[in-house]
Amino acid sequence: MARMKFLCDSDRCIECNACVTACKNEHEVPWGINRRRVVTINDGKPGERSISMACMHCTDSPCSAVCPVSCFYTTADAIVLHDKDLCIGCGYCFYACPFGAPQYPRVGNFGGRGKMDKCTYCAGGPQADNTLVEYTQYGANRIAEGKLPLCAEMCSTKALLAGDSDMIATIYRERVQKRGYGSGAWGWRTAYRETVGA
Amino acid sequence: MLIKRSDGKAAKQRLASAYQGLSAGALDRRGFLKQAGVASAGLAGLAGLKPRMAQAVGAGSGVLDHSQPVQRIKNVCTHCSVGCTVTAEVQNGVWVGQEPSWDSPINRGTHCAKGASVRELVHGDRRVKYPMKLVGGQWQRLSWDTAISEIADKLMAVRQASGPDSVFWLGSAKFSNEGAYLYRKLAAFWGTNSVDHQARICHSTTVAGVANTWGYGAMTNSYNDIRNAKTMIIMGGNPAEAHPVSLQHILSGKEINRSNLIVIDPRFTRTAAHATEYMRIRPGTDIPIIWGMLWHIFQNNWEDKEFIAQRVYGMDDVRAEVAKWNPAEVERVTGVPGAQLRKVAEMFATQKPSTLIWCMGATQKTVGTANVRAYSILLLATGNVGKPGTGANIFRGHCNVQGATDFGLDVTSLPGYYGLDESAWRHWARVWGVSYESLVARFDSPAMMTTPGIPTTRYFDAITLPKDQIQQRDRLKAMVVFGHGGNTVTRMPEAVKGLDALDLLVVADPHPTTFAALSNRRDNTYLLPMSTQFETNGSRTSSNRSIQWGSQVVKPIFESRTDYRVMYDLAGALDVAAERRNMTVRFKNDMFKNLEIKDGEPTAEGLLREINYGSLSTGYSGVSPERLKLHMQHQDQFDLVTLRAKPDAPEAIRGDFYGLPWPCWGTPEMRHPGTHILYNTNLHVKEGGGTFRARFGVEREGKTLLAEGSYSKGSELTDGYPEFTVQVLRRLGWYDELTAQEKAVIEGIGGNVSWATDLSAGIIRVAMEHGCLPYGNAKARANAWNLPDPVPVHREPIYTPRVDLIDQYPTLPDRRGFRLPHLGVSVQNRSKEVARDYPIILSSGRLVEYEGGGEETRSNRWLAELQQDMFVEINPADAAARNIREGGWVLVRGPEMPAGKFIKVKAMVTERVGRGVAWMPFHFAGWFMQEDQRGKYPAGADPIVLGESVNAVTTYGYDPVTFMQETKVTLCQIQAA
Repeated sequence: MARMKFLCDSDRCIECNACVTACKNEHEVPWGINRRRVVTINDGKPGERSISMACMHCTDSPCSAVCPVSCFYTTADAIVLHDKDLCIGCGYCFYACPFGAPQYPRVGNFGGRGKMDKCTYCAGGPQADNTLVEYTQYGANRIAEGKLPLCAEMCSTKALLAGDSDMIATIYRERVQKRGYGSGAWGWRTAYRETVGA
Repeated sequence: MLIKRSDGKAAKQRLASAYQGLSAGALDRRGFLKQAGVASAGLAGLAGLKPRMAQAVGAGSGVLDHSQPVQRIKNVCTHCSVGCTVTAEVQNGVWVGQEPSWDSPINRGTHCAKGASVRELVHGDRRVKYPMKLVGGQWQRLSWDTAISEIADKLMAVRQASGPDSVFWLGSAKFSNEGAYLYRKLAAFWGTNSVDHQARICHSTTVAGVANTWGYGAMTNSYNDIRNAKTMIIMGGNPAEAHPVSLQHILSGKEINRSNLIVIDPRFTRTAAHATEYMRIRPGTDIPIIWGMLWHIFQNNWEDKEFIAQRVYGMDDVRAEVAKWNPAEVERVTGVPGAQLRKVAEMFATQKPSTLIWCMGATQKTVGTANVRAYSILLLATGNVGKPGTGANIFRGHCNVQGATDFGLDVTSLPGYYGLDESAWRHWARVWGVSYESLVARFDSPAMMTTPGIPTTRYFDAITLPKDQIQQRDRLKAMVVFGHGGNTVTRMPEAVKGLDALDLLVVADPHPTTFAALSNRRDNTYLLPMSTQFETNGSRTSSNRSIQWGSQVVKPIFESRTDYRVMYDLAGALDVAAERRNMTVRFKNDMFKNLEIKDGEPTAEGLLREINYGSLSTGYSGVSPERLKLHMQHQDQFDLVTLRAKPDAPEAIRGDFYGLPWPCWGTPEMRHPGTHILYNTNLHVKEGGGTFRARFGVEREGKTLLAEGSYSKGSELTDGYPEFTVQVLRRLGWYDELTAQEKAVIEGIGGNVSWATDLSAGIIRVAMEHGCLPYGNAKARANAWNLPDPVPVHREPIYTPRVDLIDQYPTLPDRRGFRLPHLGVSVQNRSKEVARDYPIILSSGRLVEYEGGGEETRSNRWLAELQQDMFVEINPADAAARNIREGGWVLVRGPEMPAGKFIKVKAMVTERVGRGVAWMPFHFAGWFMQEDQRGKYPAGADPIVLGESVNAVTTYGYDPVTFMQETKVTLCQIQAA
């Protein structure tokens, strides 16, 4: 099986937020929940770089390690999903996640935060594929349709890559070789314990 | 952050105070990571919902049902001019999903934030849902029939009392080509030239400057062709935010060719972040920069001498002006160090092909036309025109601003840049099948027919100025606005006075727009719900002149109607109103006599065929609806870089350039492939080749204006030649190559016709048979003697902090233009007094999430969430001196604002702007000088995000050629609130 990953080429990302609204559009994500967001460092200064961020679908994901109700599961494509019917909204995963991916519909020190929501890699959830109930809880299931996540598919400069690890690493490596520079596959060491060299 | 997207009051509360500490990051537009926890806070308003993903409005009907068939329909994004294909998935008449459009050679599946969210437009609950009018200050619903008939009656009342020129027809760059054309036709039949659109405020100076240089006022190459460039200069543009998908091509070019990407801008933009070289200049000093570069180029003999000798007129006059701009003077005026300028000049002149990309930073200036002329001259001097990888890559703004310009939503021209003289009117009278005399009778006087109308930058002056200062019978009394924001024009406090004084204001738009909320009107104001281009058919022209056909995705939602239908119905209602008032003028029969009417509206196909018939001058004649539809169907057959259909493409499109970029000469049957790169002499005219256009005569002061020894490939005339007319054909002995049918048409027109008015297209055909361009083969003009500054000269902005330079580089004297007074020096002299109290230069520009006036995008929940506050960028040094803190409220005031008024915005303290410069985005409205105007919008149609408009602060200042407004350089003062 494939090992699905995200790779953001920060030398290409122009922070146009297409990935963010594509995600909103595809899954009808409500106001206030951002499954994906773009982070800019050195904003307005030389060296300004942007990175599109979402759940990275980590190897041995920390979120699943800390979940008290074991609502996380990893698909055969190595996509990390969770079961909202099990989730108790405790927020542990948010603290465990190195990327700030988990989102909650409510806030409060006491009482539930509501069911956690995060990027599904456009792979839905535990319900039957592409049913209304799956869509309502998790959004569209493009993987089941043989498509890739819409954020990466619609990325304006093709900075955000999604797909099988080997394939996107190869694309990135070739790109770096051709142009002669590359700041590396951001977040890969944390998420996947490996990097993509040029 | 807003808590709820629907509740207007929530906007002011921002977050519950408990989370205020966290929300400070909201303004740091990209500081998302640090507010990871805030996102959850934002959902407090949804707490009552079940603990699962909240159902979005409309989602109930908008979820894809995988057990049912899905229809895929292609249309074109309605935001910027890149022209990204949008693929819609439709079920049961509902747009349920948006898929990547992989086949499009322009966007190849991708979008920006706006394009990836266009589906929201057609189930956006913030749309205007039914016709409304203001009654005693309250919006009241009414039926379409009542609305149209009341509007028609009031228009006729104005016509009766004040004449046709008292109605201002403001059109839109959001129209399809067919809609734009029909609107221009409507204005012509109404009897006025006061018909305008957004091009006035984005690239009117480009069109004027570039057309005066080499023939056509359009991008010479294409987004895709930038992939060929070795050196790119982006000067006065921020495509990373304004045209994000273009960056795909720019960055690919940069990577593949290891090109130089140079950004010249007062602001370190998101584009500059990806540049190999960034040059910060003082706002308003573009010409000194270009002349400074040319100084090095001439000094070092880096210019392309052969190109200049063969294809450029008047370069010696430029040399004389450039000689004044030695490195010391350039540095004194612009602040750019000499070594950097030399380095950039050398790169541009020697590492070719080089292209110059510009946008509104160049054009929205009192010297806009001169700026783009200087840019063009730099390209000419270095021989960077008419080849792959070169050219003036002018990024137009809106999705169809190119097409709307082409079809004459312009106070100076009829469709196709025919102008307004008698021969132009006679040409279009023939196309429309009406007599010239009948058109004359529709105008106040024959003179008004050939007098340019009142441009949109000054409409309010034409309402409020004393009658004797306005060169027409009466002031403007009524205004009809289709698809246009009210906050995009400078001097908004003056605009309010104008709007208040109108007898009638009609706003036809999918959203209420600022026009509906800005003024203090209480009556005689109508709001008509219009469909977007996703709800109708039609073609639109991207910046690169490619024309793409958009197919209707869904039927017009709510009670909205298409532009075509509303214009058709309005024409009918005007007839009824005229009859009631015993006026003889009639509209509907004459206007629509040759058009196909289906389901109560003219079809886009029929309109395009009429365009094909008449728009010979721009080569829209070969662009039939059938050909365009084939291109959309076979998008995958076109090459990414050359845009050409591959040899194995279906026969019907083989060899065509994608979207038949105009000029696409002759009739559709001639199968001209379109012109990917303008003025490219390396191709045969039938293959899309070209020369500089001969439109300014053949000789001046003893020097030829025709090309010398340069001609397009395969031309039988191996030197310059004038434009083709019947006489030229006779002289060349080619006249008898015209068919009998063509000759008959020519005789019918009067026998003495040029290629552009020959409705048989025979002259074009014969010229092409001999490898010649119908418009001639001339030199480009480095000296454009008909312009106020034949060779561009530096002129300080009207409001400048460098008062020491005013006497040496003054603006133009006061003058008149476009029926109105135009002040120059008398306003500039105020600078000397106000610069002390208003020490900061104020500039404005774009954000990626929003577009134009922003009503549409600020109403889109997916976009509005990303930018919730109007802000001002201020340099840390200026902020520190004023005790302004990041994220805090500040008051901004300009020298022309009413006494005691400010706008209140948030401060973004950033080195993005240099010291002494502030910058604001121009997409916000709904707060006006600290007044929250949300209550003035019709209930439920108010945009989600409101904010102060930068144009409440901006000031007087107009380009002398086009009355382009000055939005990029004025003065302001900022203080902590």
